[in-house]
Amino acid sequence: MKEYQTINEVSGPLVFAEIDEPIGYGEMVEIELSGKGMRRGQVLESTDKFVAIQVFEGTTGIDKKCSVRFLGETLKMPVTGDLLGRVLDGSGQPIDGGPEIVPEDRRDIVGTAINPYAREYPREFIQTGISSIDGMNTLVRGQKLPLFSGAGLPHNEIALQIARQATVPEENEEGDSSEFAVVFAAMGITAEEANEFMDDFERTGALERSVVFLNLADDPAVERTITPRLALTTAEYLAFDLNYHVLVILTDMTNYCEALREIGAAREEVPGRRGYPGYMYTDLSMLYERAGRIEGVEGSITQIPILTMPGDDDTHPIPDLTGYITEGQIYVDRELHSKGVEPPINVLPSLSRLMSEGIGEGLTRNDHGDVSDQLYAGYAEGRDLRSLVNIVGREALSERDNTYLDFADRFEKEFIQQGYKTGRTIVDTLSVGWNLLSMLPKTELNRIDESYIEKYYEETPEGSKVEG
Amino acid sequence: MSQAKEKTIEDGIIKRVSGPVVSAAGLDAKMNDMVYVGDEGLMGEVIRIKDELTTIQVYEETSGVSPGEPVENTGEPLSVDLGPGMLNSIYDGVQRPLAVLEGQLGAFLDRGVDAPGIDLEKIWEFKPIVKKGDEVKAGDIIGTVQETESIEHKIMVPPNFEGGKVKRIEKGKYTVVDEVCELDSGEKITMRQKWPVRSPRPTKEKHTPTIPLVTGQRILDGLFPIAKGGTAAIPGPFGSGKTVTQHQLAKWSDADIIVYVGCGERGNEMTEVIEVFPELEDPKSGKALMSRTCLIANTSNMPVAARESCVYTGVTIAEYYRDMGYDVAVMADSTSRWAEAMREISSRLEEMPGEEGYPAYLSARLSAFYERAGLFTNLNETQGSISIVGAVSPPGGDFSEPVTQNTLRIVKTFWALDASLAERRHFPAINWNESYSLYRNQLDPWLCENVESDWPDVRQWAVRTLAEEAKLQEIVQLVGKDALPEDQQLTLEVARYLREGFLQQNAYHDVDTYSEPGKTYLTFKAIKTFNDEAFKALSGGASIEQIQTVEAVPRLNRIGTAKDHTKFISQLEKEIADQLKELY
Repeated sequence: MKEYQTINEVSGPLVFAEIDEPIGYGEMVEIELSGKGMRRGQVLESTDKFVAIQVFEGTTGIDKKCSVRFLGETLKMPVTGDLLGRVLDGSGQPIDGGPEIVPEDRRDIVGTAINPYAREYPREFIQTGISSIDGMNTLVRGQKLPLFSGAGLPHNEIALQIARQATVPEENEEGDSSEFAVVFAAMGITAEEANEFMDDFERTGALERSVVFLNLADDPAVERTITPRLALTTAEYLAFDLNYHVLVILTDMTNYCEALREIGAAREEVPGRRGYPGYMYTDLSMLYERAGRIEGVEGSITQIPILTMPGDDDTHPIPDLTGYITEGQIYVDRELHSKGVEPPINVLPSLSRLMSEGIGEGLTRNDHGDVSDQLYAGYAEGRDLRSLVNIVGREALSERDNTYLDFADRFEKEFIQQGYKTGRTIVDTLSVGWNLLSMLPKTELNRIDESYIEKYYEETPEGSKVEG
Repeated sequence: MSQAKEKTIEDGIIKRVSGPVVSAAGLDAKMNDMVYVGDEGLMGEVIRIKDELTTIQVYEETSGVSPGEPVENTGEPLSVDLGPGMLNSIYDGVQRPLAVLEGQLGAFLDRGVDAPGIDLEKIWEFKPIVKKGDEVKAGDIIGTVQETESIEHKIMVPPNFEGGKVKRIEKGKYTVVDEVCELDSGEKITMRQKWPVRSPRPTKEKHTPTIPLVTGQRILDGLFPIAKGGTAAIPGPFGSGKTVTQHQLAKWSDADIIVYVGCGERGNEMTEVIEVFPELEDPKSGKALMSRTCLIANTSNMPVAARESCVYTGVTIAEYYRDMGYDVAVMADSTSRWAEAMREISSRLEEMPGEEGYPAYLSARLSAFYERAGLFTNLNETQGSISIVGAVSPPGGDFSEPVTQNTLRIVKTFWALDASLAERRHFPAINWNESYSLYRNQLDPWLCENVESDWPDVRQWAVRTLAEEAKLQEIVQLVGKDALPEDQQLTLEVARYLREGFLQQNAYHDVDTYSEPGKTYLTFKAIKTFNDEAFKALSGGASIEQIQTVEAVPRLNRIGTAKDHTKFISQLEKEIADQLKELY
């Protein structure tokens, strides 16, 4: 392994060095600091005369005298089943004081695309216990469903609630052979937020079946670009080699994208929208598309990325590109949050693309799809009318309109509102739904098959029977 | 692609690697030549030549490739293999069959592998339709092969052949590389043709299309039809239903052949197509849908350069089937990802960017692509068509961005998807006030003749009612519905049924998912009957509240899902008329 002392430029997170032998694109690099310590990096551009190196741990303290070593291989993640229960830093080094990790295998962290022909279409319902997700935007195994949130909103509570409550109802009864695991990757979140997650994991005993990667707010920004890749490589090993059902939580994707932009700017690339690199869609898809199921393999990867939308603006490039890759999105809503609704999920813009295949007879219940459509239509109508009420007042509205206004209010108070500690089964969720729909005359229920109306419509609706 | 390393012109040496863009020195190459890069032989294409340096876009991940490794030139442009065996197949963006790759590599796509686009060993039963001594020219059909249960594959003289008298042709069992025919010019014909993807296949003449591509979707067939040989764009923000609409078109439209290009989209969506299509039946022939379908899946995490080429691969395959005289429909989902791939590569080449970082040639590339659609007389005098439906994914749902705008300048049908409709689960979420079709007039004669002679009038009534509703809604937002005069309230009521009973259509309902033109027409008519009778009742003295509570009327919304719609509708129309007559 040849050592060079040929650094001729240090610029932001990048180091340029002259070389006299061919270096592979994407190869790992170690930079020995003149004082002490070592930094790791990766080749971003390789020519026959020089290379550009992206340094993960920051370039502070690097000078022209530092020696540069090329390791001859791309970045690998040591993987083993023993990673469960461990806490690692953003570049994969243990920070929990536990024993050295003895890898079963070392995997390239970039990962390769799953052949679409080898995928299995996700259709196993995951019961999160949250009505606004289970009932309206059902999550299935192998899906990638992000939380679109904003600064100061309780997205972490929602993610934790999902991690705590998620089950697959039928398999529990049959005794599932595959176990559930959580891979948690934090990118640039505060130590306090990280503690919130860690405390919850420890308290509920979830830590034993979790692998935690922590890149905190004061850790090097560039490291954030590898943290999710390390996490997903670990998840793939757990899912497709060891048959775990893995839930991957990535938070906060906004910080990840900021790091991408920083590197792009340092390389003087032509920027795309709002200064983010033009290849951000491709880059994000190489993370998100690592969710899924493979035919003939028991395990699965379900992803819940969390991102905070700058200015709550979902046309910002980060949520926008994410929404085009993921299979839906869950909106955490500021208005509902200020009303005290827990969890404050706005179902209207939320969506689960894999819902239609994951619900219905044999999966959840045969009326599920119709009920959800009707609740959507009713709630949307009620919300539209709210703006009208502000102008003309309730008295000016017809009886039908007033019913829809009440419907929308009760929908928020009884269906969405349930608290972070309550888990509802899908049957509970649907009966809350029917209870609300029974406020409306039968003729208004045009999205629901008549036989279901016959069966579930409550002629004399009482208040909600399920505690909220 | 398919062609394994057949000939090498001259090797070059890699000088620089940056993501999917590689520069090499000493390569004797033409623009757009296919090359093999590095020790692993990654597939690439020449995109720039400057002095000593040749710039190559590589269709595979380049990690580990280093300067000093060789580059081999094939001397030929990026081409596809054309021949029997393409239907019922699924390819990546450079026509590598994904099923074969799975067999070779397992579930993950590794790099540096190659497999021919069509099975070279499979035996086909070839039946000649010309005989010895016949004169044939380029493009002529010389025989047939039953490719799938629904499609007969025509074997043609390649368009770049001279033609001549048939010297030898024999019925029998052949592979695609066996010679099935020899001409006196010395040219030998196999069932496999190669064609460069970036050049359109030649035709004789292009015509104005006059027959609709029947999609089975009420809002499309009824209000915004597309012609066989036409072009359409579906722009919409995420979650508004672009992909579901594209899937519906692929499933139910009455084209002979469907080429579905999944360009930079989700892996699971392509899997859905692969899993669901084989189980579905073609409503026309009753045979498996997959037997008329060719899938191209270059998901978002597959290499970006192959995403750039996948729309060309798709349309070239479509042109080949058109040459046989078939009506082909190409679904490209999504053309924005294709444009972004262009942008990504352009920025790595450090080209001067145009609007929003897209290359200045974006508009030219888009129009050249859509121009490959049309109704044609082929070289062999058959008629065939290519219809192209391109999804567009505008950032933030903003239609003023360059890809949407450049697409709208070319296509003649515009189906505008609307997030607010999708939010209230009004599907398909196509905004009827923004969408348009410029084919209406040229398709009307066919619709009058084949469906019902007053189709254009009924449609015009519906369009007018919906436009009226949009206007009235603005007033309602200010003063409330009750402040409107009764006749206007009734218009709102009628428009509501048009929206809920006609425009909405449930893609996941067994019956509602497909509405043949006759049913689409009758649904229009049923709502119009209500309209006419209700207005009569109103002027006869009935009040709007009375009309709103007529028991039979809400059943207009159930027409879509009714099993026997003819009976259902005629009974319903009668009941509505009777019950309304009782009011005055």
